Amino acid sequence: MISFKAKPRMQMLEHAQHIFPDECCGFLFGIEDGNGNREIQEILEVNNSRAGDKRRRFEISPRDYLHAEKYAFEHDQPLLGIYHSHPGHPAIPSEHDRLAAQPYFSYVIVSVMQGKTDHIRSWRLGEDFRFEEEDLTSIHFHQSIE
Amino acid sequence: MATVVIPTPLRKFTNQTAKLQVSANTIGEVIDSLTRDFPDLKKHLLDDQGKVRSFVNIFAGDEDIRDLQEEKTVVGEATIVSIVPAIAGGVHFK
Repeated sequence: MISFKAKPRMQMLEHAQHIFPDECCGFLFGIEDGNGNREIQEILEVNNSRAGDKRRRFEISPRDYLHAEKYAFEHDQPLLGIYHSHPGHPAIPSEHDRLAAQPYFSYVIVSVMQGKTDHIRSWRLGEDFRFEEEDLTSIHFHQSIE
Repeated sequence: MATVVIPTPLRKFTNQTAKLQVSANTIGEVIDSLTRDFPDLKKHLLDDQGKVRSFVNIFAGDEDIRDLQEEKTVVGEATIVSIVPAIAGGVHFK
């Protein structure tokens, strides 16, 4: 299971909505218990470094990735995953998401429909390199972020 | 000998070790040593042809080995080798 503290969840949703119609992306930091349950306590927004059309793709530069690892170490906040948005599409991982996915990380996807955040879902890569959905509290929300 | 920095998502394959000392003279030898000592790392580092997966970047110091001599890149005592997962994805429905 994965859950968010209110502040990082709101920051992530605002990021996704602000960047629309492009895809946003960032890192997730938090804590994990012995059963693999995670609570996201901080996020770190990063630029979508994808060259060209950012509406259907995102990339995080190696430099930003190394910074996130350093941040996790210095703040004693484990790096638990990545978030990104799917503008105009549901929060279901694409084949491109799967091919680039890393083990262990939670991949949180924010669906943004017509400029408004619609729903979020979270996924982890299984041993067979396929995504498995993880329970996410407050899956659906239709409150607007003004 | 070089120091290898293991990224968070791959540490479950290295007994949660973040930094390793590896006796090697090239990046290729570093990879050989890592995959020999931690066999479960192999499928996450290498493709079916035994080449570094396209979604994995390996840095020697601040340089991507693809901009150097790839697996033949020489490493020394002071070299920090970082494995950096390529983070990418997106809708890509069209």
